[in-house]
Amino acid sequence: MKKKYQPISEGSEWTFELIEQYDAEIRRVAEHYKLDTYPNQIEVISSEQMMDAYSSIGMPIGYSHWSYGKQFISVNQNYKRGVMGLAYEIVINSDPCIAYLMEENSMTMQALVIAHACYGHNSFFKNNYLFRTWTDATSIIDYLVFAKKYIGDCEERHGVAQVEKLLDSCHALMNYGVDRYKRPYPISVELEKKRQKEREEYQQTQVNALWRTIPNEKPARRAGDTKVQFPKEPQENLLYFVEKNAPRLEPWQREVIRIVRKTAQYFYPQRQTQVMNEGWATFWHYTILNHLYDEGKVSDGFMLEFLQSHTGVIFQPAFDHPGYSGINPYALGFSMFCDIRRICEDPTDEDREWFPDIAGSDWLETLHFAMKNFKDESFILQYLSPRLMREMRFFTVHDDDRKEMLEIGAIHDEQGYQQIREGLARQYNLSVNEPDIQVVQVDLHGDRSITLRHKRQQRRPLGDTTEEVMRHMHRLWAFPVHLESSYEGKVEKHYHCPPRADVDPALFGMGFNFLGV
Amino acid sequence: MSYIVDRRLNGKDKSSVNRQRFLDRYKKQIKEAVSDAASQRSITDLDSGEQVTIPQRNISEPIFQHGEGGDRSIIHPGNKEFVTGDRVKRPDNGGGGGGAGDASDNGEGSDDFMFSLSREEYLDFLFDDLALPNLIKQHLKGTDNFKYKHAGIVSQGNPSKINIVRSMRSSLSRRLAMGGSSRARLREAKQELELLLDKEASVERNQAVALLEEEIQTLTDKLARIPYLDTYDLRYNHHVKDPVPSAQAVMFCLMDVSGSMTQQMKEIAKRFYMLLYLFLERSYEKTEIVFIRHHTAAKEVDEEEFFYSRETGGTVVSSALKLMNEIIEERYPLDQWNIYGAQASDGDNWNDDSPLCKKLLTEKLLPMSQYFTYVEITPRTHQSLWDQYQLVEQECGDCFAMQEIKDISDIYPVFRELFKRRSE
Repeated sequence: MKKKYQPISEGSEWTFELIEQYDAEIRRVAEHYKLDTYPNQIEVISSEQMMDAYSSIGMPIGYSHWSYGKQFISVNQNYKRGVMGLAYEIVINSDPCIAYLMEENSMTMQALVIAHACYGHNSFFKNNYLFRTWTDATSIIDYLVFAKKYIGDCEERHGVAQVEKLLDSCHALMNYGVDRYKRPYPISVELEKKRQKEREEYQQTQVNALWRTIPNEKPARRAGDTKVQFPKEPQENLLYFVEKNAPRLEPWQREVIRIVRKTAQYFYPQRQTQVMNEGWATFWHYTILNHLYDEGKVSDGFMLEFLQSHTGVIFQPAFDHPGYSGINPYALGFSMFCDIRRICEDPTDEDREWFPDIAGSDWLETLHFAMKNFKDESFILQYLSPRLMREMRFFTVHDDDRKEMLEIGAIHDEQGYQQIREGLARQYNLSVNEPDIQVVQVDLHGDRSITLRHKRQQRRPLGDTTEEVMRHMHRLWAFPVHLESSYEGKVEKHYHCPPRADVDPALFGMGFNFLGV
Repeated sequence: MSYIVDRRLNGKDKSSVNRQRFLDRYKKQIKEAVSDAASQRSITDLDSGEQVTIPQRNISEPIFQHGEGGDRSIIHPGNKEFVTGDRVKRPDNGGGGGGAGDASDNGEGSDDFMFSLSREEYLDFLFDDLALPNLIKQHLKGTDNFKYKHAGIVSQGNPSKINIVRSMRSSLSRRLAMGGSSRARLREAKQELELLLDKEASVERNQAVALLEEEIQTLTDKLARIPYLDTYDLRYNHHVKDPVPSAQAVMFCLMDVSGSMTQQMKEIAKRFYMLLYLFLERSYEKTEIVFIRHHTAAKEVDEEEFFYSRETGGTVVSSALKLMNEIIEERYPLDQWNIYGAQASDGDNWNDDSPLCKKLLTEKLLPMSQYFTYVEITPRTHQSLWDQYQLVEQECGDCFAMQEIKDISDIYPVFRELFKRRSE
């Protein structure tokens, strides 16, 4: 198999010419494996710039907010103390796909990042169904520019403190600013600018129309016990609901909420495909670089350095290891893609029983199909094999607060495979990981309060930050906010903001004045 | 297709805005942390940046999340000996042996948020809300130092300060204004003349033409007589004399080195002087330090000797004050120097000498000084010097302050007390 040994370079120093050569070779191999990518824009940056990129959740341009400063400070601190190495790659889901190379890295690392980010992640962004449906790679950079400018302008007009407060509240509810089922409009900057003005005016009239029904209401009806149900159905996108319906927000505030919401929506697919995305990219850097090695294009030294770094990335500490912090998505994803390839190329009887569709099929096609059509949850449910469960030695811990001891549930044996597979898949289901909270009722004719309902899963209550998030919700809504935490239809706990005892009647009056009623 | 871009030369401080916002937002917490740190750290690095730790909970960003409790199943890797149905004790810190995958993504379980401030930021926080008293008062007294400052444009002045642009501008506007009506009439007359010339020649026409030509001539002459530049157009740059505050300060460190001062007390004094020096350095372009140590006699020494050599014997505080007075008269003229005094002592003094100290301070030193501070480093009860100084404080409270330091952690609070911003 091994061809003539003729490495592209020997040393560890990189130059722009070498990067170009490696990129060309890697691209050739990637095309050989049918990886379909956006054009790449490879940017060489310094470690300081990497830290900047890092602390703005990888966005090349972001609006200013103290929380990014906090992130930056902690990254900076950890890096300087040597606690943490900088991730050697950040890649942005845009067209062209932007990937950063850090200048301090050796040639091997640069090649690794190119294979991992520019061909692995890039092809994932371009082809996975979630990204195709939810994000618009061509316009994201434009939109971020628009958002930064808009928020900057708001700070000038309304003061930094005002905008900061609003953003704090939005960030607190950011995870509840995504549509889980509806397809969003693509966002482009010209359209966005044009529509933004119209939207400001239009939205305000809509909100006013909604609230203006109050004085026209007949007294009998007001006193009556038939409540108008609004919203008609529970709403899961809290930020969207607030943006459209909160009575006292000004137009610019609605626009800011929208920006946060759009950003959350943009990152939503990434949060749902962590294992797959990293697994896919890791699988390809491993496969591509090995392919180059087999062709004699890279040296033995290159390979040793690469493998050392690669094994570090896919290291999965056991549950009792001091460094254990959950399942390493790189490890799980990489192992799963490798395992799928194995099942295709070299199936055992067990595989034939569990995966009759793919056992013995063309591995490349199967892999591409898996990458395109799944998210973490369904991917695990579909492809986690008994063999991998045995290798990773998965086991289930039941933690029931009513019992004194923890109980070990399914383990990696014949009886447990199915349960482990389902359990692990559930672990990656965002709607299980995040409390299920929806808007159920707005009291249009009374005190204008909004009621949220939390449906407890497995009796799990809300955490102790709930009160604080309620205050943020109250800041946006401006009228009383109630939250009912319920289990199987029975309300277990109420949260109120402002606290129930002292609902301020003055606030109520103020609302009326504001609407000029 | 790939594009390779070198971005290394682009700015790197994209996050500095966000960092500053973070510091502003948590100013209060950071200040507390800085105060704590200041009282503990050693002198040698008082001048560098600082590691600041603030509790994580104060800066967290809340989100809706699951709390403890309920019935959870978590899958972990790396099983060694468990089989289905085993029961194990609940680990102490909840979370079922490590917690869910995303629980410890960041923060690594640490409760405190730690970061470092640069030297400038550190000193800003350290001296926030502190001010040198009497900074202004003394400046006005300062006499000889003046600077010329631009103070607008005036119509009278020295030819060497003529402002050409402004003079030409007013000349142009004057010429426009003065010739306005004549020029308008001139234009009309010329038009009329042309109309007349187009008509057929006749006696009346010729007369009218002659009249018009004469008028045109008069108007042209009149316009030509408007002066191009009049004295009245001239504009001069104006400068005023501005008193310049002397931007240099001298700090007198006076310390008792008699046998009763232990090395530890000297350490305390040294830290106090250090703080004062850093503080003065921020307010003045140039800061000098004069070290005077004394037992029964005073002597000007260098820093090393000041802090580390030991002497024994009695104490006569007034000797140091006298020496300070002499040095001021000799080397630091009042119009050029701002004078600060800082005295540290354990309070021991010759009983008869204390009234003399009071007299020296109130009559000689305080009128010359911006501010004089006295710290007494003693765990014991006060002696006559303290009593006498208290009288001084009553008399000249605005430029004299005294405090007591019991141990090292008192230094920073006492310093803040001495220099806290006073409402005037």
